[in-house]
Amino acid sequence: MTAEVTYRQAITAALAAELEADEDVILIGEDIAAAGGVFKVTEGLQERFGDRRVRDTPISEQAIIGTALGAAVTGLRPVAEVMFADFAGVCFDQIANQLPKYRYMTGGQVSVPVTLRLVNGASTGFGAQHSQAVENWFLGLPGLKICVPGTPADAYGLLRSAIRDDNPVLFFEHKALYLRKGELDLDEQVPLGVAEVVREGTDATVVATQLMRERALEAAEQLAGDGIELEVIDPRTLAPLDTETIVHSVEKTGNLLVVEEGSGSGGWGSTLLAHLAEEAFEMFDSPPRLLSTDETPTPFAAELEAAWLPDAEAIVRAVRGLEVVA
Amino acid sequence: MENQELLDLYRRMVEIRAFEDRVQRLFAQGLVRGTTHLCQGQEAVATGACAALAEGDTMTCTYRGHGAVLAMGAPLDRAFAEILGREGGLCGGKGGSMHLADVAVGALGSFAIVGAHLPIAVGAALTAGQRETGALSLTFFGDGTTNIGAFHEAMNLASIWKLPVIFVCENNLYGEYSPLALTTPVSDLTVRADSYDMASAKVDGNDVLAVGEAVTEAARRARAGEGPTFIEALTYRFVGHSRSDPAAYRPEGELDRWKERDPILLFGERLVAEGAAADADVVAALRAAAEETVEEAAERALSWPAPDPETRLEDVYA
Repeated sequence: MTAEVTYRQAITAALAAELEADEDVILIGEDIAAAGGVFKVTEGLQERFGDRRVRDTPISEQAIIGTALGAAVTGLRPVAEVMFADFAGVCFDQIANQLPKYRYMTGGQVSVPVTLRLVNGASTGFGAQHSQAVENWFLGLPGLKICVPGTPADAYGLLRSAIRDDNPVLFFEHKALYLRKGELDLDEQVPLGVAEVVREGTDATVVATQLMRERALEAAEQLAGDGIELEVIDPRTLAPLDTETIVHSVEKTGNLLVVEEGSGSGGWGSTLLAHLAEEAFEMFDSPPRLLSTDETPTPFAAELEAAWLPDAEAIVRAVRGLEVVA
Repeated sequence: MENQELLDLYRRMVEIRAFEDRVQRLFAQGLVRGTTHLCQGQEAVATGACAALAEGDTMTCTYRGHGAVLAMGAPLDRAFAEILGREGGLCGGKGGSMHLADVAVGALGSFAIVGAHLPIAVGAALTAGQRETGALSLTFFGDGTTNIGAFHEAMNLASIWKLPVIFVCENNLYGEYSPLALTTPVSDLTVRADSYDMASAKVDGNDVLAVGEAVTEAARRARAGEGPTFIEALTYRFVGHSRSDPAAYRPEGELDRWKERDPILLFGERLVAEGAAADADVVAALRAAAEETVEEAAERALSWPAPDPETRLEDVYA
């Protein structure tokens, strides 16, 4: 069954499907139940599944994540919402020290099927403490999986996979995409750790996620007018990262641009470039590039934020900087 | 309580004391890496509390958790092996002294970030509530933990959701090297529970039966759906905070006064006074037998090999 839905509706549908499928799935978070979530992602779920399975919590991120963890190791499959991904800062210990290490420290005595939904990303004028794309904070933490869906279908499929996974998964929802529409097949599965070639092309590979994926596709349309064909790849999952699909593409195009929302320092983009330099250096026809936001916090004013965040024109300029020969 | 149960409590406390003494020696011999946080002097809290639990209940504790994990019934040899970093250790040598866990006996884990396990204990209680198992979640922590955010968030959530959690605060008067009065504006820690409208009790943490009674009552409340309880158990650690701490910050004579209230001595005398043991010789024999058991377990663990280095790559993901 295929329908056109928004990114937000796709997430709601995935939550409902998993609540329906498994009694052990519960949702906890701030204002997610009676109010349906500040972004209305969980609207209607408490009415449908009851106040024992869809629970409002106090404003207590450490308790939310820790409770989800304790419930998971004793048999439930909790999905916890972090209302703005920036708030991961107040429960960093639970995410960085507890979730990824519990199974390992106990020598595999427990599994930790926790899904955290974190509302991510800029371009909506929320300022420096409610706009960050913080997935890079959680790189370098073996034990975690990280999803960054960019379309309704990916959001739906990846969230269902995340909830069914027996490991802790950070599921980042980009708040600027909530109203984006797309086709959704409710039966289509999206496994964790598999990138998608979103647009095929021959001249340069662009790797981007979420809002940057959307802008990379705009840039590809502009460049196509000039005869430059971009191949656009969305990793969809950053941990594990499907480098094979990316290597395969760069072998074909010889050129690579990674576009990343957020600081380029110590992020998944530079990690990817390092990996490719080690594994596939000879395939590059031009030096690979990373386009990211400026090295400042997220500014507030519309003009400042727009200038800060790479847009399609910035991506076009960066591709031209690769000296791609079409 | 039956005489045999009383003798078992005594044996358990002696085992924990002997275990910790042995770990201290193994450390001094260079056979234990990193650090250790020992609990000599506090054995009555772990022993009394865990004896009041039922099968299916879970326990979480801190890096000073050897006693608690043993009190749940973890095997002595595998506990030694974990601390020694040997194959056959409770966690395969991936946890170490600060992270003993034996989920099979309900010892869900030992946590080395102060306060982090309290929300986790709340989560275990949430599972019990959702599945209506009748189980409860008991968690140990120190007086110093009552000043960290996760403690307050966990207390608050357990209270508003009326979850079956027993918060056992082992007040040993020092948060690491600092005396309680220097870090905490209240001397009666049960007032922390008052602000979460949570039932509380204050007990002599060197009296194993008093601890057991308080936990039994808290367990009754938890299983009856009456919500969590906070128990402050007053006790004292006979050793420093960790391996490098000689505890020079203690006032002259304080340790000696507490040693007069050694929970093992007190309970041994009580066994005789109340007729559970015929005389002091019976108690001494029990003690010697328990110490022998611990020594044999240590020797077994020492005979086990180091883990295969390849196993380091296992157990990252399920």
